[in-house]
Amino acid sequence: MIDLFKDLVNWASGPTVLFTIATLGLLAAFRFTQVWSKTSAKVFFVVLAVFYTASMWDPDFFLIVAKPDNIPITGVIFLVFFFTWYAMHQGIQNDRRSAGEEEVLERQESEKVWVWPDLVYTEMLAMVILSIVLLVWSILLAAPLEQPANPADSPNPSKAPWYFLGLQEMLVYFDPWLAGVVFPTLIIVGLMAIPYIDTNPKGNGYFTFKERKAEIVIFLFGFLILWCLLVVSGTFLRGPNWNFFGPYEYWDVHRVEPLLNVNVSDFFWVKLLGRPLPTGGFFAALMREWLGILMVGAYLFVLPVVMSWPRERFPTGLKWLSCHHYFEKMGATRYYLGVSLFLMMMSLPIKMYLRWAFNLKYIVAFPEIFFNI
Amino acid sequence: MLNRILAPLSAAWKEATDSQVWTSIFRHGKPVSNRNRALVMMSNVFLHLHPVKSRKAGIKLRYTWCMGGITFFLFLVLTFTGLLLMFYYRPTVEYAYADIVDLQEHVPLGIMRELHRWGAHAMVITVWLHMLRVFMTGSYKPPREFNWGIGVVLLVLTLLLSFTGYLLPWDQLAIWAIAVGSNMARATPLLGTEGPLSASLTLGDISLINAGNDARFALLGARSVGQPTLLRFYVLHCVGLPLVAAFLMAVHFWRVRKDGGISGPM
Repeated sequence: MIDLFKDLVNWASGPTVLFTIATLGLLAAFRFTQVWSKTSAKVFFVVLAVFYTASMWDPDFFLIVAKPDNIPITGVIFLVFFFTWYAMHQGIQNDRRSAGEEEVLERQESEKVWVWPDLVYTEMLAMVILSIVLLVWSILLAAPLEQPANPADSPNPSKAPWYFLGLQEMLVYFDPWLAGVVFPTLIIVGLMAIPYIDTNPKGNGYFTFKERKAEIVIFLFGFLILWCLLVVSGTFLRGPNWNFFGPYEYWDVHRVEPLLNVNVSDFFWVKLLGRPLPTGGFFAALMREWLGILMVGAYLFVLPVVMSWPRERFPTGLKWLSCHHYFEKMGATRYYLGVSLFLMMMSLPIKMYLRWAFNLKYIVAFPEIFFNI
Repeated sequence: MLNRILAPLSAAWKEATDSQVWTSIFRHGKPVSNRNRALVMMSNVFLHLHPVKSRKAGIKLRYTWCMGGITFFLFLVLTFTGLLLMFYYRPTVEYAYADIVDLQEHVPLGIMRELHRWGAHAMVITVWLHMLRVFMTGSYKPPREFNWGIGVVLLVLTLLLSFTGYLLPWDQLAIWAIAVGSNMARATPLLGTEGPLSASLTLGDISLINAGNDARFALLGARSVGQPTLLRFYVLHCVGLPLVAAFLMAVHFWRVRKDGGISGPM
């Protein structure tokens, strides 16, 4: 019975299943907003806590979760869940208030109060509690110190600090120039651009969901799934050779995963036309990769234009693609900046699913100049 | 009975607060009257980061989660504990690891390194949660767009501070985490040896970008993680990045005030 449960959890923690479940779960929670209630939060936290505590009896789970530098990950899991729930819960309560002709809570309490004592005491209390937490944490748990540095002996797996493991996880799907350089830059630029892209005047200074659905869904998908989930699975579920291991699995160094990854060019030339890849020189390489270049170009440069069209120009079944109302509301510059950043962000899940479905390695591959997408 | 103990205590307290020393430090009476509540905020250099009065909803814990304040407090904890650690730590390949072992083994009940490390992990998390709160309340919207941008830079600085500090114990965990992290720089477009298009930067037959001058070399100060890297990361960790972070925090807090205090419904 327990073994069956463990097998089930190991299976559900696999990159494909976990990512899909988490994404669908999040989308469902945005659709059925009653799940952000106090009762479901309590149930969820109890289940999570019981799962976590009970799992400690499994030696493989304990080994990885109890590593001193992995403690923050447990903190991330519980804190991020709690505060996401707390923000959404307050937002939905406010939405109910405004639906019932009542003002949002933050507007009801708009009278001014003295900062001493009302705020200063809160800050004092926060400092005291935090000091106690830090002291207890530091007394109970020694900071990790492994063997002295040895440049000749690289551990397997070699992992970056935990907060960069989302980026390291991206290396499975993208080359370092994208996962390690371009995407981090885009994350920073994209975050800074948010206030200039988002022209929705509502929801400024109070919790709400209804009034800024698109913004919140996109941001939380990025933060919870593409950042936090990848950090957590990069820490807990990636073992030697960056292979996937379930939470109850032993990290076997000798496990071999078959890598049968193929490129778009292989699909087109070898599988479709039954010919060898074109070789010799710059133009042969361009010809080899023409389909991939077309796909990436269409995705990044044609799709935003198409998405700005009004709904009538789309055939039935594709009308959801139309972002014409955003184009109208935001203006061309903000629209193209926002949609481009959004598509860049979505390129990660798209590449993930392409990998899982077709073993696709590169859409465009110029290994000669390290330019692989 | 209780009064017998308390009466002299409160007399002594009154004596102390009426003394020339006390009144020279605190220029106002106890903050029990509204006038003094205003004076305490205005005459104290630390408290004057705050306004005298604020919207009730804005200062509620359920609204701010105090996450920005907690992050700042953690920064102060890290500055203080880091300073103490600097007394004992020498950033050389020869001594670094041994100094950490000494801290661990020869300081009874020593928890400075623990406070520093766990505080640093906690700060990364609280920065994320602070940003989550600011996003979910729409507080980046006008007039606070610029301050959100400052906040994003502070997030990056927090991560870089944590990353540079990660190397300093000079154990296996440290150098390989930094090796993995800095390997990315090798793939920088144009500026990394294994980055797209960098091979096209040539002068005649000589390629301009090589392992001895690319982006990764600039980060590490060497072709692999070594003594120059340790010194470089140490200086950035202890001086460079904290200075920039402190400077930007000043801007961040200043702008919170100038943009209308803690956000609230317009």
